[in-house]
Amino acid sequence: MSDEARQIDKITGTATTGHEWDGLRELNTPLPRWWLWLFYATIAWAVGYWVVYPAWPLITNSTQGVFGWHSRAAVETDLADLKALRGPMVSKLAAASVAEIVADPQLLDFARAQGRVAFADNCAPCHGAGGGGAKGYPNLNDDDWLWGGKLADIETTIRHGARSGDEKGHQGNMPAFGRDNILKANEISAVADYARSLSGLPAEKGVDLALGKKLFADNCAACHGPDGKGNREVGAPNLTDKIWLYGSDKQTVVQGIVNGRGGVMPNWQSRLDESTIKSLIVYVWTFGGGEK
Amino acid sequence: MNAQAASVALDRPAPDAGALARLVKEAEVGGLPPDDDIPLYAPRRKIYPQSTHGTFRRIKWAALIVTLGIYYLLPFVRWDRGANAPSQAVLVDFPARRFYFFFIEIWPQEVYYLTGLLILAAIGLFLMNAIAGRIWCGYLCPQTVWTDLFFAVERLIEGDRREHMQRDARQWTAATWARKAVKHLIWLMIAWWTGGAWVLYFADAPTLVKELATGEAPLIAYAWIGILTFTTYSLAGHMREQVCLYMCPWPRIQAALTDEYALNVTYRYDRGEPRCSVKKAEQLRAEGKPAGDCVDCLQCVHVCPTGVDIRQGASLGCIQCGLCIDACDTVMKKLGRAPRLIAYDTDINVKRRMAGEAPFFKLVRLRTVLYAAVLAIVGGVMIYTLATRGSEGISIIHDRNPMYVQLKDGTLRNAYTIRIVNKQLKYRDFLINVDGLPSTLAEFVGLPPRADGSRQLVSVGPDQTREVRVIVTDYSTTPPAPSASILFRLTDINSGEVVEMRDHFFGP
Repeated sequence: MSDEARQIDKITGTATTGHEWDGLRELNTPLPRWWLWLFYATIAWAVGYWVVYPAWPLITNSTQGVFGWHSRAAVETDLADLKALRGPMVSKLAAASVAEIVADPQLLDFARAQGRVAFADNCAPCHGAGGGGAKGYPNLNDDDWLWGGKLADIETTIRHGARSGDEKGHQGNMPAFGRDNILKANEISAVADYARSLSGLPAEKGVDLALGKKLFADNCAACHGPDGKGNREVGAPNLTDKIWLYGSDKQTVVQGIVNGRGGVMPNWQSRLDESTIKSLIVYVWTFGGGEK
Repeated sequence: MNAQAASVALDRPAPDAGALARLVKEAEVGGLPPDDDIPLYAPRRKIYPQSTHGTFRRIKWAALIVTLGIYYLLPFVRWDRGANAPSQAVLVDFPARRFYFFFIEIWPQEVYYLTGLLILAAIGLFLMNAIAGRIWCGYLCPQTVWTDLFFAVERLIEGDRREHMQRDARQWTAATWARKAVKHLIWLMIAWWTGGAWVLYFADAPTLVKELATGEAPLIAYAWIGILTFTTYSLAGHMREQVCLYMCPWPRIQAALTDEYALNVTYRYDRGEPRCSVKKAEQLRAEGKPAGDCVDCLQCVHVCPTGVDIRQGASLGCIQCGLCIDACDTVMKKLGRAPRLIAYDTDINVKRRMAGEAPFFKLVRLRTVLYAAVLAIVGGVMIYTLATRGSEGISIIHDRNPMYVQLKDGTLRNAYTIRIVNKQLKYRDFLINVDGLPSTLAEFVGLPPRADGSRQLVSVGPDQTREVRVIVTDYSTTPPAPSASILFRLTDINSGEVVEMRDHFFGP
């Protein structure tokens, strides 16, 4: 910089940038030295960082860095540590039967803690965060079970599912009585009212309940039982209690008879490991509805 | 650029007689430019405080030994709590989330005691200020205590004020460099011990010392030792009075909080002025003219750790450590004059003496009474709650999904997750009662069912909590309201201690 451009402000004794606006000149105050050194230090740090850590993107990869550190590897290490930490309990859980787990307070606590997380990850989208269920998805807290509420029943349901395509899973469908022209409209109305009356719900005026009863005995009793108490072998719900999977209003019941029902519970055996499955079985069983 | 070059040159004075004179001048307050020309940036004047002896120096030594002794040694004090808790008297156990202080154990949810302590500390500071100004700054503040210790080391290695200044002004020899190196080494060692003691409060001290010595301690321990070594070394070794002058908020707050009756280290100018030499004073007195006791020896300035001239009156820089009182008393004693030309006093009294009135001290004032009262109330409440707090607890989370469950026969069921807290250091058996609804059955997941339905025995480990899921079914004939009240009662079956917690029982 020439001496000409280097103008010193008289009052502060600091050099100016040489630019002038209506007589005002901008001071070229030097940066504080500590700030400057810190700035240089960050540059040096960045260079060091490029060398030791993955930094520069290449076409298919990036520079790897001499430390060989990788975020994916770090996650894998953490997961491996976690696995090692939980290892003994997890293998104990995987080896024990669900009945043994329920009998051992320590295993039960561990299974319920693990089950809570697994339930949130896998089951909550349909059954709700606390297993409260939704229309078409059973409430797991109550004492009404389509396929049985004993530990062994829940185990089969979770492992193999229902109508999941798994041969060992639960099978059984509600036929589409209306769509397939098995019953006529007035018959469907009559049988719907009769089914509702089984749990004490009032029938619509002018509906022939006797006809409904006869039709029920002919068409429904095979699965739902002569008195409508249901059959867990085929997942036929108990029609005499106060719990309705899809709803108890007549329109919903008619819909079910016309189009049939066939909610699917997936097969989880192929997706989850042994200890997770057992944790889920125990967790669901301890919601409150589990049968002894 | 020129200004910077000049300041760099000032840091390394040429080895001539003028350099010492300039150094001395810089160290004196008199070297400041007149008021209307004060630059916005004040270059640091290096302070070489002179050693001193006397009452306040002794008090400061005592405060230093007691406070640093507590800080460095407290982690090694043992306190037997039995097999189920650590045996360190003062321990912040982060992994287990407990704080131990002798017979007191604090759980994380009781951290409000810390709030209480902070209130006590703040009000205590205010009370000290109302009674005698900056007692905290002068004797107890860590910055003061550690700086004092660092000054002592500096004087030991580099000599007292005069020797140190002379050596700094001369061309530095290898011996000068060696002295400086030794000083910084000792400073760093003290700083290292400071950081070392700090981490001992967070783990079993003897074990951690062993681990630190063998290089097996966790990285975080070394990191904290490093951080505190750095802060101690830079704050007590290099920043010193600048922390008080520029960084600390308390001098500003203190100035706003104080009043005219608070005792402060005061130069009694009624007695000191006009300043004159002993000879001049005799002469003036012989002529019947007024002559002050101050001989302008600058001893009060030379001993000051913040470089203040107390004779200019109260100032933000004065930490009121009383060392100038000791220095002045020493001089007055040599001159055969009365001590305490500088003393803990008030400006009111100085003025009263000038007017020929008797000084007075007003300790009991509205603010001292109020501060004392707040201290007593907050302290009392804390002691009361500590003494009467229960050793067990229960907290309840009602299931949110579903809020309630209707069973096949229409009966209602609610589920709760309850957590039982056992704050004692032994196993305890608790009876949980579920009460409040006419006919309920409570089922405790994972615990054997009992015939009487609504009660259950739960054992909880020492200093632990236990989570239990409780499923409550209501069998009453009349359906309960959409929200009924339900009571959980926890009873220690041995001591009979009871806690109760209410929650809701929801229905459609």
